Order: sequence, then C-alpha cells, then structure tokens
Amino acid sequence: MAGPDTPELARAAEAGGADLVEIGFPFSDPLADGPVVRRAAERALAQGMRTAECLQCLRDVRAAVDVPLIPMTYSSLLEAYGWERFADDAGEAGASSLIVADLPVDVRPELRRVQLVAPTSTDERIALAAGSTDEWLYLVTVAGTTGARTELSPALAPLVERTRKLTEVALFAGFGISTPEQAAAAGELADGVVVGSAALVAAEEGAPSLEHFVSQLRSALA
Amino acid sequence: MTQTEYGPYGGRYVPETLVPALDELEDGWTSALADPAFREELDRLGARYVGRPSPLYETERFAPSGRRIVLKREDLNHTGAHKINNALGQILLASRLGKRRIVAETGAGQHGVATATVCARFGLDCVVYMGSEDMRRQHPNVERMRLLGAEVRAVEFGTKTLKEATSEAIRDWIANVETTYYLIGSCVGPAPYPSIVRELQAVIGREARAQMLEAYDRLPDAVVACVGGGSNAIGLFAGFLDDADVRLIGVEAAGAASLGSGRPAVLHGARSSVLADADGQVLDAHSISAGLDYPGVGPEHAALRDSGRAEYTTATDEEALAAFHRLAETEGILPALEPAHALARALDLDAELVLVGLSGRGDKDLAEVLEH
Repeated sequence: MAGPDTPELARAAEAGGADLVEIGFPFSDPLADGPVVRRAAERALAQGMRTAECLQCLRDVRAAVDVPLIPMTYSSLLEAYGWERFADDAGEAGASSLIVADLPVDVRPELRRVQLVAPTSTDERIALAAGSTDEWLYLVTVAGTTGARTELSPALAPLVERTRKLTEVALFAGFGISTPEQAAAAGELADGVVVGSAALVAAEEGAPSLEHFVSQLRSALA
Repeated sequence: MTQTEYGPYGGRYVPETLVPALDELEDGWTSALADPAFREELDRLGARYVGRPSPLYETERFAPSGRRIVLKREDLNHTGAHKINNALGQILLASRLGKRRIVAETGAGQHGVATATVCARFGLDCVVYMGSEDMRRQHPNVERMRLLGAEVRAVEFGTKTLKEATSEAIRDWIANVETTYYLIGSCVGPAPYPSIVRELQAVIGREARAQMLEAYDRLPDAVVACVGGGSNAIGLFAGFLDDADVRLIGVEAAGAASLGSGRPAVLHGARSSVLADADGQVLDAHSISAGLDYPGVGPEHAALRDSGRAEYTTATDEEALAAFHRLAETEGILPALEPAHALARALDLDAELVLVGLSGRGDKDLAEVLEH
C-alpha cells in the first residue's frame, strides 16, 4: 500500500526476489479486499495518501528499484482523476501497467490494464480477458476477497486448465496465497504467484521482515 | 427490458467474480418478468401477506391551512415500511434461481426486518449485515430480525453504518456467490439491481396514481418522497414520471445529500452521484435517520436530477424531528424519521395538492427521538 515507507519496502521485496511489485492506491470502500488490505487502505488514507501522493510514491519507488511496478486500485479513483489521464500519469511515474479491482473486462475496455479472471468466469469471459490483458492474466484463485486462507483454493487447478486452453499469456495466481507452501503449490500450476495481504502483514514488521518473507516465497518457487 | 445504465450513471463496477452472478440475476429477472405466474404470486402475496394496496390518507390537521397533503401509507404494510415490496419480489426471484441462503445489508433495519421476514416465510437462511452504530440506534429492529430467525452480523469498521454494512454484504456475496442470493435493499448497486428494485417498488406509484384519480379526480401538483438510496422515492415517482405537470421532489438528509452535494464517483458497484472528495474517496454521511445515512444514491435519481425531471432538496435533522412531532400530534401517526424529511419539505411547499410517500412507521425511532 502506498505510503512513506513504500520505497524502502519495495527495495526489500526486490532484494528478497520479487519479480514485480504491486502498489496499492487506497480506496475508501475496497469491495474486493479482505480485512488486511482494507485496514492498510484505511491507514494510508488517514496518512493523506490521495492520488497525487500515490503517484509521487510511485515515482519514488521507481527510482529505488528495477522491477516492474503495477498500481492496484479501484474505479472511483480513476473516475475522479480521469481514466486516461490516470493511466498516462501512472505510466509516466513508472508504472508498467495497472490493476483496477472493480473494473470487469467488458467495462471501459479501452483502458489498457492487467485483467482478472475468477473461478466463476465463463470461458467466453476468460477469452475476452486474455485477449485484452496487458502482458499477463491475473487468476483470482477463490471466490472471495483478498486475504490468507488455510489451504490453496481447489478452484485454481481447474481455472488454470480452462484458461490454458484459451490463451498462451502468462498466468499469475493471487488471492488467498500467503505461505511458501501455498506459493509452491500455486507455482506448480500457474506461471507466477501474487501475494498481497501476507506481504502487507510482513511489511508491518519492517523492511527486513518483508525481505525475509519474500525470499522464503522465492525459494519455495525455485 | 432491464435497464443497466441511466445516462452516464449505473453500470457494473464490480470484481470479476460477481459478473457471472449478475448475468444470471439479469436472465432470471427477465424470465420472471415474462412469466405471468411470477406476477400473480407477487400480487397475491402483496395483497394477502403485505396488505396491499396501502391506503391513501389525506391529513386533516397536519397540512397548513389552504393546502392539502395526502399520505401514501406504506407505513401500514406488514413489517412497517415499503421495504417489504422489494424483499418479497426478490425472494421470489431468489427461489427461482435456486438460492437457499440470503445476505442483505440494512441501515435503519427496515430492509433487514423485511428480508428476515420473507426468509422466515420461505424457509431460507438469512444473514443481515448492520453497522454497529445503527444496531445501537435502531435496536428494536435488531431484536425483530433475531426473533425472525436471521443472523445479524455487526460491522465494526469505518462509519459503522449502512455504507460499510453494504460493503460487507457484497464481500459475503463474493465469497459465497454459488449458494447465496444478495438481496439489496435500495435502488443502488451494480446492474441489474437498480432496475429490479425500481420495478418492485413501482407498485407504490401505480397504486398512488390510481388512488389520486379515484379520490380527487386529478393528479397531485407535487409528489414528495425522502431519498437515501432512493427506493421508495423511485417507486413513487415511477407512477408519475410521464405526467409532466406533476412535480417530483426528493428530499435528502442535509448531511447526506448525495444528489445535492455529491459528485460522480463509483460506490458499491455503480457510477452515481456520491458524497466523495476530489480524489474519488467516499465521504461519511451524517443523518439522525439511519435509513438516509448513506453517501450514495440510485443511479436513476442522478439521471432524473440531471434531466431536471425531478428536483432534489434537503431537510435537516431538526426539521425532520419537528415534522415527526407534528404528524404525531396532529394526525396520530408516528412516521419513521426518514419520511419525516419528506413531510418537513411538504409543509412549506407552495402547492395546493401534495402527495407524500410515508415510507415507514416510526416505532423503531422512538429511542432516537426521545434522546433529542
């Protein structure tokens, strides 16, 4: 989540072996998020992290690390800022793409972004998302919000299988992946894993804790 | 057909997980509307279970001299508010879709009670999300829901009111979408919900228009209703939209004027006029009335405001309380605090014959009123 310590945390994530860093631009009513991300967003908003501050944070992170950076946010921020202007300014600040958690593939299709598909998505929608996604496709492993689960979702394997039949794009699995074991299991199926809530929890203990956590994930995926 | 956009408002701004469920809902709704058996069942239950049609009652002592104020008595419905019209229709739809578990949000508790009621009637599991602040100020409704067999889940974060309760209900739906029907309480949310709720509440306006013609041989000069999310107002307005000479007036709480002070933003799955800051962050609403204490509003209201077909104004907490007391003392009717806002504006409206939507009864508000 964007904040004053994000550049330091991004460096830690990169040092731990992250290939890509998502930066949350907080929204007051994040429907796709569970308690950990929601609370992180509340804290960021309380610290004054509005769109301009988040874009500045993105610039600062860009200067600190080499990995691709992807803002993850909600439609209301883009609506207020201007949809195209948001994408342009984020790109200028160093973002390689964009994730909008509450913007399904058929809404504002002209906005270039990483598309999400879920276990409930029809083949038709998966094909549509794969056809328009930016570089890789985000597989939501569970019907649910972000946050840790005790087991890797059994819905991931059939979702990967269906999606592979429809597209050649890289598939990164996220939502509910919090441990190295789950990352390893998801990594067997998908081309990459996305860890959000658990990384935020690790980051609350500081940059060394985040680096250690990411390096564990990295080793599990090796 | 199901309307999904209202000018630049409405739409579906939701996580992908929900889109197939919204498609299923839209198909189910279209097929229900085309099925005479659905309408018959709804009308039959409306008459025998809810007590429709609700009467039209002209105030004797409430209206200022020289003017006539007529109330559409949705407060006399079973469960005490217009919310039952929507809950009943959607529960029939949920049954058609084969869903056995119902989730809902509630602010004042009227929609939660209506949902718990129809779930009891149809033997379905019911979970209602309610902000802890609303549980405090609308405590009788919490007890009613529990007596009806519903589980009431307290929402303890943010404003602890309707906005967060709605977010949590939607999150529950995302997590349980295969088994669960989300029974939204107002004409808000992603398409097709605004269209479904409007159609189910339009019975208010249809009845009221026919009753006005029968009783007065004319239409009212103005129709006034309170607006939180806007379901009772859209239902009442629906009967008069084509009558260009009838003024349509929505009354928001002064501290929750999504139409009066809002800006385009995305909240709970739809683009509408929302109390939000310049960055699109949703602001807190403030109203004595839990049912109006919501920073968003149905997309059709935003479009009606822009087109000028409906006018939107506000009433303060104090004005609503004064109207509450006046109706109690002059007519022997305790209105809910929500329609008390509409009553307040109806009193000073320069119109000869005014129809007011009395959307609910005030028993739930006694503690709040006595406290002030």
